[in-house]
Amino acid sequence: MIWGVLQFPGSCDERDALHACEVVGGEARLIWHEDRDLSGIDGVVVPGGFSYGDYLRAGAIARFSPAMEAVAEHAAAGGPVLGICNGFQVLCEAGLLPGALLRNQELRFICKQTDLLDDRGDVLSIPLKHGEGRFYAPEEMLDRLEANGQVAYRYADDHNVNGSVRNIAGVRNEAGNVVGLMPHPEHAVDPLTGSIDGRKVFEALEGFAA
Amino acid sequence: MSAHRELGLTDSEYDLIVEKMGREPNTVELAMFSLLWSEHCAYKHSKKLLGKLPSDGPRVVMGPGENAGAVDVGSGYAVAFKVESHNHPSAVEPFQGAATGVGGILRDVFAIGARPIAVLDSLRFGELDSVRSRHLLDGAVRGIGHYGNSIGVPNVGGEIYFEEPYEHNCLVNAMCIGFAKTEDMVRAAAAGVGNAVVLMGATTGRDGIGGASVLASAELGEGDDAKRPTVQVGDPFEESKVLECCLELLAKGLLVSLQDLGAAGLTSSAGEMASAGEVGIDIDVGKVPLREADMEPFEIMVSESQERMLAVVEPSRVEEVRAICAKWQTESAEIGVVTDSGHIRILKDGEVVGDMPVEALVDGCPLYDLAPAAPAAWIYGNKQTLAAGTDSAETLLALLAAPSIASKKWIFQQYDSIVGSRTVRRPESADAAVLQLPESGNAIAVSIDGNGRKVACEPFNGTVEAVLECAQNLACVGAEPLGLTNCLNFGNPEKPVPAWQLDRAISGLAAVCEELGVPVVGGNVSLYNEGPDGPIYPTPVVAMVGELPDPARTAPSSFAKEGDAIGLLGPFTPTLHGSEIAKQRGELELGLPEPKVAAVAEACATVRDAVRAGKVASAHDISDGGLACALAESSIGAGIGCRADLQDLRERGCTPDEALFGEGPGGFVLSGERAELEALGALIIGEVGGSTIELAAGDRSLIIGLTDATEAWRSLDARAESDAEPPADA
Amino acid sequence: MLIRPKEGILDPQGKAVERALPALGFEGIGNVHVGRMVELEADDPEQLGELCEKLLANPLIEDYEIQPL
Repeated sequence: MIWGVLQFPGSCDERDALHACEVVGGEARLIWHEDRDLSGIDGVVVPGGFSYGDYLRAGAIARFSPAMEAVAEHAAAGGPVLGICNGFQVLCEAGLLPGALLRNQELRFICKQTDLLDDRGDVLSIPLKHGEGRFYAPEEMLDRLEANGQVAYRYADDHNVNGSVRNIAGVRNEAGNVVGLMPHPEHAVDPLTGSIDGRKVFEALEGFAA
Repeated sequence: MSAHRELGLTDSEYDLIVEKMGREPNTVELAMFSLLWSEHCAYKHSKKLLGKLPSDGPRVVMGPGENAGAVDVGSGYAVAFKVESHNHPSAVEPFQGAATGVGGILRDVFAIGARPIAVLDSLRFGELDSVRSRHLLDGAVRGIGHYGNSIGVPNVGGEIYFEEPYEHNCLVNAMCIGFAKTEDMVRAAAAGVGNAVVLMGATTGRDGIGGASVLASAELGEGDDAKRPTVQVGDPFEESKVLECCLELLAKGLLVSLQDLGAAGLTSSAGEMASAGEVGIDIDVGKVPLREADMEPFEIMVSESQERMLAVVEPSRVEEVRAICAKWQTESAEIGVVTDSGHIRILKDGEVVGDMPVEALVDGCPLYDLAPAAPAAWIYGNKQTLAAGTDSAETLLALLAAPSIASKKWIFQQYDSIVGSRTVRRPESADAAVLQLPESGNAIAVSIDGNGRKVACEPFNGTVEAVLECAQNLACVGAEPLGLTNCLNFGNPEKPVPAWQLDRAISGLAAVCEELGVPVVGGNVSLYNEGPDGPIYPTPVVAMVGELPDPARTAPSSFAKEGDAIGLLGPFTPTLHGSEIAKQRGELELGLPEPKVAAVAEACATVRDAVRAGKVASAHDISDGGLACALAESSIGAGIGCRADLQDLRERGCTPDEALFGEGPGGFVLSGERAELEALGALIIGEVGGSTIELAAGDRSLIIGLTDATEAWRSLDARAESDAEPPADA
Repeated sequence: MLIRPKEGILDPQGKAVERALPALGFEGIGNVHVGRMVELEADDPEQLGELCEKLLANPLIEDYEIQPL
């Protein structure tokens, strides 16, 4: 599987994402934000960081980039897209995922190894690091997401450090090919630097590759 | 006439300038001289002493005098590193002061062509019961986090101390580590007459005019709020673009040399580039991209606007350079040319508005000798916070809860410690940070240490102890020191006691580095850290980078499992002098025993080899709070208690009190299989297990629950958060 | 353009500012909300609504108000 990892001015974890894609057995290359060409790419990763300095709102400017237009087409065609942290924010701003990410409840950036639950109830140990990771959506939208199985990851009890509604750590679109989450699976693929539970997040999307 | 005095120049310095120029300097020239001849830029009170520091070694790739030092880590790779202070700006505006401190040290590292891979910080504030200190702590931590997190460089370690003498003058020392192929690294010297001088990065405004340099050359007194406009404001997003741009330019071989703009802005970077290259430089201020209209030439030359870099480029390649800057959405402008005049000339609209010999400006500042005099007695006062007769259990809890000793999780949790995928040992998991270097097939470890209180007790011995502490921390993760960087934070060198402290500390630093064979590859000096109550503790902050062959073979500082034996290794001879317990009992005084450097070095080698061979389950060096705290910390981190009898240690001639709470270099707490520890020569003192911490030493004994110990050790969170201001949007 | 957090959305920044006020000597102040202000010059003011909807504000979580200067 060939992954394309977007790179914006201000992206931080794009090389980590490249490495993670390779660890799970794929190939990966960087896609410059001005580049619309996704030919040969099976899956897209929108990585973490501070694209455009998080100015205006996190992800608000990146989402207008030419690369994101191409990603929207790829997603519409059913291709897998993984948004991590800032990437999740970009996908929400772009309307490819529901909801929005707000400032952490305690108003501080927090970097912490965290337990997540996937929709099978398995526990994944994955680090999070963000200042604006509080997931929000209006009640009716939340009910719909739950009913449709669109909540992809939740913080385990006592692990919701940012105040996300209903402990939601990550969501997917209706078709399931676009997934976004605030924690960083690309930092949980190497036993030397942490857990390897992050591999499952990448593997979960491989089925959507054409 | 008094203009020069207002800018911080003495009458005799002014006369010397006139003599070297052959005439009186005009406004532009005076402004430039006043900055480059300030203490901060010229090191006029410390340079003569710094010559004592050993800086050579077979692994040294770049030594003092370059933007950062660098050591060879094998396979054609080098690790660059340096520590710098941003004390005075942080005391005035902690968020921006600390943020721009991080920004500045990052630029020093990528200016030599190394990609920053980690930052660490060493911070000192007054006691936490002071509102001002909580405000400074909060601001500095948010500022460091803001800058480092945004630019994607992990913060992997550091230290924080809270002591009364820093109440008025906090210390913010920022360190950066970079990684590069040795052959790709660049120097700052300008070269090639006729080459273009190109300014890249942020536009130039009025930030910090008269800023860092002026502040660092005078003591802070009343009315320092008025200095707020001179604090620089940082933009990490801009820096991230400039960083990528510069690394791409260097990778493509498009730059002849590169220099960052820091204190004294264009004046110092252009001046230093010209001086290093023994050439001249013409700068046309009309070509500098400005943020504010109508800036005068002297303002443009002294502006400390952040996130700017200066490069020398062959004329035929200027267009390519500018195109890459445009790709990274960062400004660039050709603002000058390299000449053979040996002068730095400032032009505006074709007219020369300043003309100085480079040598006079950059190297002509007189260097001063100190007039040191030892103090007759302890000058820092004492404050008793631990009642006489407090039992040993309560004493241990009081030590664990001391903000200087307690867990710093509240702080490092605000920092991204994992971006870059190199962090093998995150903060507080081991005695030093460990970063893997898959490219060169090995790993490095870093520790940053200092103890102003001990240096105040005896500057020579205290400084030696700080360096040994660093070496011990590296040994605990299996690393061998490659090089050292230092930041010397002292009071007013024109006064006899701070002069004595500085002189003795530098001598101690030179002696221990010589004996250990660790070169000093760079550093920084911050003087005039004095307030109305007197000088800060003399605080040499030292940081070492070491290498280890296998990142999978490091040891945590916490015990691993029930039943493991606990061993004490090394020539540890505990003393109460300068210790945390002496501080809490209000019994601080002059004097500190002489450390046994050779014996400590040998113990480091033993521990290092044992860790590399996987022979120990944990390794933790004994520092603040003594052996009792070290044992408690290893237990708390593991969530398993321990039992230890220190009687055998007492046989080295110390009292029960000293055995439990005394401090000093040369002590390692190891855990693992009893036979392995004995084979290393460790003294078996106890066993890991249970849910209490039980210690005995002669007629003293204590038992505390692990839960109570953990609560005491985690008490910083509540104290630091209370009435912290609501964090504003950056 | 003034951009405010939507009613009903937790605004921890507003709350934190509100909580800090009494300690600084300000009584009787409540209902604090923290938002953003964007100033600009526009040739065609007709576009401003769309600019707010599409970029300057996130309509899911923010309300906006356009004020001529």
